[in-house]
Amino acid sequence: MGYPVTSNGTGQPQTLFEKIWRRHEVVAPEEPGLPSILYVDLHLVHEVTSPQAFAELEQRSLSVRRPGRTLATMDHSTPTDPEVGWERLRVLDPAAAGQLDQLVESCWRHGVPLLALGDSRRGIVHVVGPELGATQPGSVIVCGDSHTSTHGAFGALAFGIGTTEVGHVLATQCLLQRKPKTMEVHVRGSLADGVGAKDLILGIIAAIGVDGGTGHVIEYTGETVRSLDMEGRMTVCNMSIEAGARAGMISPDDVTLSYLRDRPFVPTGSEWTRAEADWRSLATDDGASFDRRVELEASSLEPMITWGVHPGTAVPVSGRIPQLEDVATPQRPNFEKALRYMGFQAGEELRGRQVDVVFVGSCTNSRLSDLETAAQVMEGRRVAPGVRMLVVPGSQQVKAAAEAEGLDQVFLAAGAEWREAGCSMCLAMNDDRLRPGQLAVSTSNRNFEGRQGPGGRTLLASPLTAAAAAVAGHVTDPRELM
Amino acid sequence: MTRHDSTAPRFTVLESSVAPLPFDHVDTDQIIPAQFLKTTVREGLGRGLFDSWRGQTHGGEPFVLDDPRFESAQILVAGENFGCGSSREHAPWALLDYGFRAVVSTRFADIFRSNALRNGLLTVQVPGSVQEGLMSRAFESPGALVRIDLERQVLTTPWGEEVEFEVDAFARRCLLEGLDPMGYLLAHQPQIEEWEAANPQPFDTRECGAA
Repeated sequence: MGYPVTSNGTGQPQTLFEKIWRRHEVVAPEEPGLPSILYVDLHLVHEVTSPQAFAELEQRSLSVRRPGRTLATMDHSTPTDPEVGWERLRVLDPAAAGQLDQLVESCWRHGVPLLALGDSRRGIVHVVGPELGATQPGSVIVCGDSHTSTHGAFGALAFGIGTTEVGHVLATQCLLQRKPKTMEVHVRGSLADGVGAKDLILGIIAAIGVDGGTGHVIEYTGETVRSLDMEGRMTVCNMSIEAGARAGMISPDDVTLSYLRDRPFVPTGSEWTRAEADWRSLATDDGASFDRRVELEASSLEPMITWGVHPGTAVPVSGRIPQLEDVATPQRPNFEKALRYMGFQAGEELRGRQVDVVFVGSCTNSRLSDLETAAQVMEGRRVAPGVRMLVVPGSQQVKAAAEAEGLDQVFLAAGAEWREAGCSMCLAMNDDRLRPGQLAVSTSNRNFEGRQGPGGRTLLASPLTAAAAAVAGHVTDPRELM
Repeated sequence: MTRHDSTAPRFTVLESSVAPLPFDHVDTDQIIPAQFLKTTVREGLGRGLFDSWRGQTHGGEPFVLDDPRFESAQILVAGENFGCGSSREHAPWALLDYGFRAVVSTRFADIFRSNALRNGLLTVQVPGSVQEGLMSRAFESPGALVRIDLERQVLTTPWGEEVEFEVDAFARRCLLEGLDPMGYLLAHQPQIEEWEAANPQPFDTRECGAA
């Protein structure tokens, strides 16, 4: 066990990213054009993107190099209906059950710890890591899932990888990586009442574009970001990939450290003291430079909602879809295609539009504070007739904590469904999906065509805006219910 | 522990007609929808390629994969930011299984590009004018041939223009020489061990008591 306190030895101001990269570069490029070999501290695994990687290991007669740096969970295709256990899943969805069975077998064979169905700590991979304290500042964390960027909220370098790379990490605990560029997104101003981390990240993506971060690792800085709690920071970093960035990160500070303290994998006693000093030293130095820098003002930000088929299409919930003449000519075919899919008109208001489904969940917004926010709106109110509301906690631990506060009773009394933890309707791999044509307000991260079920239409928003839509039965400014 | 693998994906020269997909921000959920991800093998995903766009018309035209004029195309020309969204490697597996060997665009999403190159699906980034030219030529004269030469890093358009393109130098070596990335990593085991000796593991995930 050890947390070395190291200086970078260069004396030059460095970014958080630079410090982590330097520390984990096992082999620097041996000649121009070759990638670095980067060490991975924590490898998170789930059922959907790992089977072919484990198969590759079998084929090559390789074993998992560091099972103790690997943690597996089941989240993507697991049922959230409390009535559907493992046995019924085998009947209802044999393919999903087969994938889960294969994960159990692979983990057993290689000694990889697995939070399986029935485990009280199981949940969405990006909720479970932080919750257990496995997500720690200064680490390199990877997973075969693009929302791995979530863990960057702790000052870790965390990013999604493909299945071939999952195999590389399983076998060698390392990855071949070309060093990405860095980008600072600096946000000033305090968020208004009713405006939260989800609105902030939707605003950032609308400002820099759905590919504004491509090739870069984003560090979010500034007073607005500092003022967010850890769950808000995770929401922001989670959606970095929706701006095309490899990763998003936030330098560790008091907020980070107080969240981590006393979590299962976090050290105690003198080890904590050493770790704390090391983690604090990782923060980006004053005067460190980024390849790109963007400044944004957050005080005028309003609750945001998307109208289109990618996450870069957020507008204020009280605003309108752009007019055709406001869209650059080359972009007009995409714009018109998105409107056709959504069944919307250019220049139209979203407020007042009837919704069919409200989904509160996903690795973006399924933590306790998200559920508390939604419950505050639902308290003493009812889900509007004709609306289905699904509340899916991010982990079984979140579920238990919410139940201890009585949030489940608030949701159930309002007429919402209270589910078991999982990815659920974010990507609709299980039975939680929209029917063709249905319109959902969703706290998830992607409004791609059919993402929440073939033919389904998604408006991305915060837990507050989503809960307000459930009560009103249509898109509404949540501040009217506060 | 060979660093060269005869089964590794290869790419040298490809000459083929082009299928045009004139949309930007084509995400991997479109390329291969989530319902196809319950597989535990890499093969057979071609049947799910662009599943929700198949059988539909776009601006009066059939979807490109339903259009017999583009049936034999092995090159897909797409709009910007191709492959954004989910990191699912099933996306390049599906494109390859269907019969594509290269995708041409003005910009690729990072994870998609990395996944594609690891599987021998070449991502060719070209300027907007070239992409537009290839797109309109494909519609005007389907079957017109495009040549992609990885060794020279040159794409030759149907109108005879030679366009140089950048490609990750390591991925290029893997595809041209059959260099195996896993083998390359395994060959660096001594350095990995050295790093581990200098950087003690702070905690063990097996100590959480998970099964």
